[in-house]
Amino acid sequence: MLLQFVAKRILLSIPLLIGITLVTFVVSHLVPADPLTAVLPERAWNNPETVQMYRERWGLDRPLHEQYLIYLRNLLHGDLGESYTTRRPVGTDLRLFFPATIELAAAAMLYAVTVGIALGVVSAVWSNRLADHLARLIALVGVSLPVFWLGLLALQVFYANLGLLPGPGRIDTRLVAPPTRTGFYTIDSLLAGQFDVFLNTLYHLILPGIVLGSYAMGIIARMTRSSLLEVLSLDYIRTARAKGLAEQRVVIGHALRNALIPTVTVVGLTFGSLLAGAVLTETIFSWPGIGRYAVDAATKLDLPAILGVTLLIAVVYVIVNLITDILYGILDPRIRVG
Amino acid sequence: MTATTTRVSTTPLAARRPFWESPLGQAARELARNRAAMAGLGILVFWILVAFTVSFIVPFDPLKTDVSNRLSPPSASHWFGTDDLGRDVFKRVLFGSRYSIPAGFLTVLAALLIGCIVGAVAGYAGGWIDNALMRVADMVLAFPSIVLAMAIAAALGPGLKNALIAIVVVLWPEYARLMRGQVLAVKAHEYVTAAEALGARRSRLLIRHILPNTQAPIVVKATLDVGAAIVLTAGLSFIGLGAVPPDPEWGAMIREGQRRFSQWWMATFPGLAIFSVVMALNFLGDGLRDALDPRRRGRWA
Repeated sequence: MLLQFVAKRILLSIPLLIGITLVTFVVSHLVPADPLTAVLPERAWNNPETVQMYRERWGLDRPLHEQYLIYLRNLLHGDLGESYTTRRPVGTDLRLFFPATIELAAAAMLYAVTVGIALGVVSAVWSNRLADHLARLIALVGVSLPVFWLGLLALQVFYANLGLLPGPGRIDTRLVAPPTRTGFYTIDSLLAGQFDVFLNTLYHLILPGIVLGSYAMGIIARMTRSSLLEVLSLDYIRTARAKGLAEQRVVIGHALRNALIPTVTVVGLTFGSLLAGAVLTETIFSWPGIGRYAVDAATKLDLPAILGVTLLIAVVYVIVNLITDILYGILDPRIRVG
Repeated sequence: MTATTTRVSTTPLAARRPFWESPLGQAARELARNRAAMAGLGILVFWILVAFTVSFIVPFDPLKTDVSNRLSPPSASHWFGTDDLGRDVFKRVLFGSRYSIPAGFLTVLAALLIGCIVGAVAGYAGGWIDNALMRVADMVLAFPSIVLAMAIAAALGPGLKNALIAIVVVLWPEYARLMRGQVLAVKAHEYVTAAEALGARRSRLLIRHILPNTQAPIVVKATLDVGAAIVLTAGLSFIGLGAVPPDPEWGAMIREGQRRFSQWWMATFPGLAIFSVVMALNFLGDGLRDALDPRRRGRWA
């Protein structure tokens, strides 16, 4: 039964993934300008042969549907094309930049989940009292703040004025990045036994992590509050209280377990929004991840790079949604029927 | 807190009851009692008024430079300071509302119209039309909004107009889904079957009988989305794909402020403007949701 449910969900996401490649391809070929103008140096334009060579090299001389089929075929071979600006395979670029984004998103998620659930619980337990109003206000502020402005503000206050937290970048400039094994500085530094680099990496993750996670934190807090309130009004909670359980056990042990089921979905959905928010957060914090790569690519009309990065984010988004769906099915057996 | 609410819906023949007793009137009263929602409405009305009147009231050219006064911090003569070209940041923030406020409302209105038409057609027609339309919506929804909007805006070329088109493209599918779900739910009701049996035409059925009963969740979503659209517009301008300098659009102003990091006022005040509008819309949206759905009164999420 569960296996059937999982298999069905996975099968359903395949046409979606193909659709995604189609959308990215169509979008990035709306470009009215010749992408070559953005890339080739002026000197190359005096030589039609060079221009023609690049046109052929990147397949820009073929009809659009052929370009798409070529793209799909290459994709199946793990080939995302060559970036116009870095002149490296897009796949290589993404592998290089993706770990930084994942590390940042994980830090943001950690903040969003812990603080979000805590705020939600406080809010529901002391519902309609001062603590509740405050928690709700914090959550709503988190949802309303534009992430790029929050990032700028946070840097101004905690880095420039107070000097409490480090500035942009993944580690201090005086340190050397740990030898690359996984691309995650936290893991690589530990593998290399460089404990100071590890601590510095964590230190650098605090500010961008909180900035990026603030929206998800607000959403999670709101969801936790409303579902906990709903569960707290159910009969089995009254029974638990009636048999004399401590209120703490009732809330944490009985109510929260069930109340967190809808929260799981929201956490999954907000992970996608974290990847998206990374685009702006990374720009502010000079974070060398795929978000900044995407912005660079978009402003320089680097088609294969835009395509690759959009595709990657969308695929991760779909996979996270898939996992969320499956997790939800495991946590709440009633869903599997539908 | 809802103790005074009286329900008169047990008398279906009393069609001409006063407005305050109709369901809509009750919702309005409920909303009026919600202080947060009213504060939000107040702030929103303020910004709308500013957006429409500022160019008549404030004698100021937001593009005119005054280099002798550049980068001066907030003071009595320049409340929010001046930027790197000596332009008054306070007045530029006020003029910025002429971009962001209409941008938010127009994009959501366009997305709402497109989405609702697509969703209504899909839900009402069913079959392969439904399938085809909803798969297209799914494809767009498979992307995080800013990422797709960025790709579209980049492809169309920088500029506020293209950024707005990109935002409409990302926003419509959710309305299509919502509308389709609503239409499917309403279609199953007996009064629709009855109207159909009486020989009502399909288009009339859809417009007269189905649409009026699908509004509440869509109104709430639209309210919240205006804020999202304003943030998206500013975000695109911030990365250089929306409004271009010297236009006093809030996101573009923050972008300029980022380059002048130590002149904190340049980025802080336009951001505060965005935040106040979005916060107001969220208050209002939450209030509307509570007011329009009696079961949710006092809830929150």
